[in-house]
Amino acid sequence: MYPSRFHYEAPSSIDEALQLLSVYQGEAKVLSGGMSLIPLMKLRFASPSAIIDVNNIPGLDDLFEDGGQLRIGALVRNRAIIRSDVVRARYPLMTSVAPQIADPLVRGRSTLVGSLCHCDPQGDWGAVMLALEGEVIAVSSSGERRIPVADFLLGPFQTSLRPDELAIEARVPAPSGQPFGVYHKLERKVGDFATVGVAVFLELSGRSIARAGIGLTGVGATNLKCVDAEQALIAGGLDDRTIDETAKLAAAAGNPQTDQRGSADYKRHLVHTFVVRALQAAMGREPIDIRQRRFENVASLV
Amino acid sequence: MEIKQIKVTVNGEPRVVEVEPRLLCVHMLREVLGLTGTHLGCDTTSCGACTVLLDGLPVKSCTLFGIQTDGHELTTVEGLGWPSELHPVQEGFREEHGLQCGFCTPGMMLTAAALLEDTPNPTDDDIRWAISGNLCRCTGYQNIINSVQWAARKMEAVHGR
Repeated sequence: MYPSRFHYEAPSSIDEALQLLSVYQGEAKVLSGGMSLIPLMKLRFASPSAIIDVNNIPGLDDLFEDGGQLRIGALVRNRAIIRSDVVRARYPLMTSVAPQIADPLVRGRSTLVGSLCHCDPQGDWGAVMLALEGEVIAVSSSGERRIPVADFLLGPFQTSLRPDELAIEARVPAPSGQPFGVYHKLERKVGDFATVGVAVFLELSGRSIARAGIGLTGVGATNLKCVDAEQALIAGGLDDRTIDETAKLAAAAGNPQTDQRGSADYKRHLVHTFVVRALQAAMGREPIDIRQRRFENVASLV
Repeated sequence: MEIKQIKVTVNGEPRVVEVEPRLLCVHMLREVLGLTGTHLGCDTTSCGACTVLLDGLPVKSCTLFGIQTDGHELTTVEGLGWPSELHPVQEGFREEHGLQCGFCTPGMMLTAAALLEDTPNPTDDDIRWAISGNLCRCTGYQNIINSVQWAARKMEAVHGR
């Protein structure tokens, strides 16, 4: 399959990329990993007149903690996130989701920031970044915007990124308490999009919960943040009654569609089950994820 | 039609290639450079038959524009070994009957070669995980895993690692 013709630009600096974005006036697409964009172009769902390949811009592949935040550059691949010591030590939800995205070869190219910009309602990072209350750093010739992910993901394949802006980074607040996080995903085969995905993040001090984040995949027009469920959980703490209430609120937050992956009722049921499973794991009652347990000793979680 | 000239090292040899930007890497390899060992299977980033190494890391060349390889190194199955001097992974596939129809084999071998660079003594689960983006529709996975283990043992014996 051949995409439509396009002009190819490979800027070597952010300034140059911004100039090109203004030259093409919304007709250009930015290429980072390309694992979503190139398939869309091959299917001709997307026919941008220009591709601005940012892979030659230095500094965008930095992944580090700084000033109470984890900073993830636009060229940080999922492979690098999986292999990052700081992520493994302090960001369990990110450690949980990353190996469940696509397959190892795709993860060698695909990026977190690219996933957010692509804004597929079936994308996994959106749910995780909503749960973690992350933000996207967008730059343009008029300066820098810090956009909370909740304001960034607008609808299917629609973000609040302006055509003259370049997303250069995502940021996640560093945990202050004891972090807990898990991403449960049901997929029909390895590497598939989620039938349903549920991201649960907690910051615990003993049995009480300082922060809670719950994000959903595959049950709405975009990834969803379950604010009601989060508040109920923080107010109630980790006990059986609160877990059930939280799971019900999360299941009610989605608006799933019946499709070849399952019925709407089935997907709501999955959200409930996954929230309960995650919170039981936070209480230490249930293994975090059977698949991750099986592969926890895999050296090459690429 | 916009044609750009790129410089790419293919199997150790510097090449200058003229590409239209929309030309996919797999077509550049097969049709421009005549390296038909790289197979095109699903064309949708699923099957991994088109796997090549880009700067040593396995990528699906159906989901990469040729022009993106400008200034980089590509390794295809033609660069893995020679008939007179097979790569241990190639020998392993021969010894352990790691192929049936052979269509997935170039991609499988390149993914396996990259795994062994990174993880010289993989467990079976390491291998299963590493090849989870490469599909064998003959479903000969167990022999593929045996082949990679054969290669790991050979490389350990040869390189003492």
